[in-house]
Amino acid sequence: MISIENLSKQYGATTVVDAVSLAIERDSITVIVGTSGSGKSTLLRMINRLVEPTHGRVLIDGKDTAGEPAHLLRRRIGYALQGHGLFPHRTVAENIATVPRLLGWSKQRIGARVDELLTAFQMEAGEFRQKFPHQLSGGQQQRVGVARALAAEPSVLLMDEPFGALDPIIRAKAQEDLLAIQRRFGTTIVLVTHDMEEAFRLGKRVAVMSHGRVLQYDPPAMLLTRPADPLVARLTGIAHPALRLLSLMTAGEAAVPGASPGPTVAAAASLRDVLSELLWRGADSAAVVDADGRPCGCLTIEAILARGRAS
Amino acid sequence: MRGLRHIDRLGALLAAIGAAALAWLPFVVFKLNRILPGDPRGLLQVLPAPASLACVAALILAASAALLIAKPQVRLLAALLGLVALAAALAAAGDVLTPLGNQVVRVAPGSGFWVLFASLGMMASDAVTRLRPGPGMRVLYLAVFIAAAAIPLAHGTFDHISVMREYRVNAGRFQHEARRHVLLAFGSLAAAVLVALPVGIFCHRVPRLRGAIQGALNLLQTIPAIALFGILMAPLGALAAAVPFAARIGVSGIGAAPALVALFLYSLLPIVANTVAGLKRVSPAAVEAARGMGMTSWQILAGVELALALPVILTGIRIVLVQNIGLVTIAALIGAGGLGTFVFQGIGQNAIDLVLLGAIPTVALAFSATVILDALVEVMNRKPP
Repeated sequence: MISIENLSKQYGATTVVDAVSLAIERDSITVIVGTSGSGKSTLLRMINRLVEPTHGRVLIDGKDTAGEPAHLLRRRIGYALQGHGLFPHRTVAENIATVPRLLGWSKQRIGARVDELLTAFQMEAGEFRQKFPHQLSGGQQQRVGVARALAAEPSVLLMDEPFGALDPIIRAKAQEDLLAIQRRFGTTIVLVTHDMEEAFRLGKRVAVMSHGRVLQYDPPAMLLTRPADPLVARLTGIAHPALRLLSLMTAGEAAVPGASPGPTVAAAASLRDVLSELLWRGADSAAVVDADGRPCGCLTIEAILARGRAS
Repeated sequence: MRGLRHIDRLGALLAAIGAAALAWLPFVVFKLNRILPGDPRGLLQVLPAPASLACVAALILAASAALLIAKPQVRLLAALLGLVALAAALAAAGDVLTPLGNQVVRVAPGSGFWVLFASLGMMASDAVTRLRPGPGMRVLYLAVFIAAAAIPLAHGTFDHISVMREYRVNAGRFQHEARRHVLLAFGSLAAAVLVALPVGIFCHRVPRLRGAIQGALNLLQTIPAIALFGILMAPLGALAAAVPFAARIGVSGIGAAPALVALFLYSLLPIVANTVAGLKRVSPAAVEAARGMGMTSWQILAGVELALALPVILTGIRIVLVQNIGLVTIAALIGAGGLGTFVFQGIGQNAIDLVLLGAIPTVALAFSATVILDALVEVMNRKPP
């Protein structure tokens, strides 16, 4: 767990981050979201001390991060940033091996880890190991960037607008991959973004920042239904708050026992997708099936609509 | 008429120049001794019919290849054949015109020879460019070319030609001055790299000082070489007079010390400027990622920043080396030695052969340095293919 306690950063008279305290849960994705200039990147960069805090402290698993040399701390924490920052003069394998090499891993262990990560990111190891970054597509570069950040098996991964440079389709795929990778490696991920859609999609909890302060730190549904501040409501509810709320719940969660003559939908599908499907087909209800195709209840359009209301 | 469209334009120009040189310019100049004005002789006048006709035939062959053949391999071979024939004709002319045992008469290459030589050289280098050889191949070409020139020179093939006559007379001094030349050029370069690299890194890190430092170095670059040698005489002379130790290690107002200092100063700007330019082109995201992953400042500088800036820095070093090889020649004026000694002596004695003895190796040295460092830059740039 990461505890951020009363953390501030001042540059001269300007306060960029103002007395922020956050408890970041282990083994989940926490998103820090805010407009540009809200201090979200500075807050993230104080966790691995790329920026030294003016006041306050950061504890990882109870240990103060100020207690060890910054470069040693950073080797234990994964870091991925916008535009991937791959080394253009090194191959994919060498890029991924950066931190394991700094830590003095054996060649064999590094080679095995590189192959494992490439496979986890759906890149054929034999094909990609010896390629240079400029020979990869934007999406592949981004994946190698995340693989490199995860190479030394860090328990914490910091991501600064990691998908900012990707086009929308590749971006959606990258977000899906990140969720899968998080489940697979069980890493604690802190991700900074300005994109509310991305925050809602990825974050188990979301911290909304403005002018150096955290306005609210809650699960996405809470931000929508009980905004702590008018600004949070404005930031989160700019467009289609009801649909956004529906996109946070799955058909499996909302299904009630029974059968339906309507279309079949997957339990993992969001209520937003189910609603869209029902509207499109002109049906009143849908049959919900689990991942193996077994029926697990039904879902009426009224039930979905009820869940989209603010209260 | 279709064939005319395939006539190579550069080839046509070179063939025309070569033909004019062969027809109207003297192939060799015959002098009764090294000072007297010479007597121009054409190729056909000097050599007996079979030899001169063979040479003319080879030249015609080269010219027709230059005009009509597009394949660069054939063009290169034809140009080399022409060069060999030309060199053989020159050596033969020397042998024919020099009475047995006579050490006084001089047979110098005439303007016709030089124009033909330049035309064929351009044809060859154009063919090499069209072949697009890789960096390793280019260095190999250079090595073959040097060997092809060195073997007959060492064998004494050209001993009756005036420049080699001068060489025979000055052989001991030539080696000494050549070594001196290389030492001055490379020594000042090495010192400049040691200073300019840290200064360039500093300029990159502290942008506020970049303008001031580069401005000062720019100003330095505008001082003419001879003026700078002159300006340095007074302070270095004073230093030698005031500090006996400085005088003992060779510091003085004239000689190698001011030459080294001046060359060093001239070398700073290109290396500093290229170091800054090279570092500027390193992606900030890569440096940020390196820091974020826990690389130390030294690891980032050596492993990321300098590694990525290296091709640009090497280009700066190449500029400096070629510049220095040329400038060392002028340093002979203040008694620094080097191949320029022969150039200025030759000018003083009105002995053009002695000038050539200094100038030809200088050009060859600068040319070789260019080829080798260019190849190196390309290899560095290629590593990410």
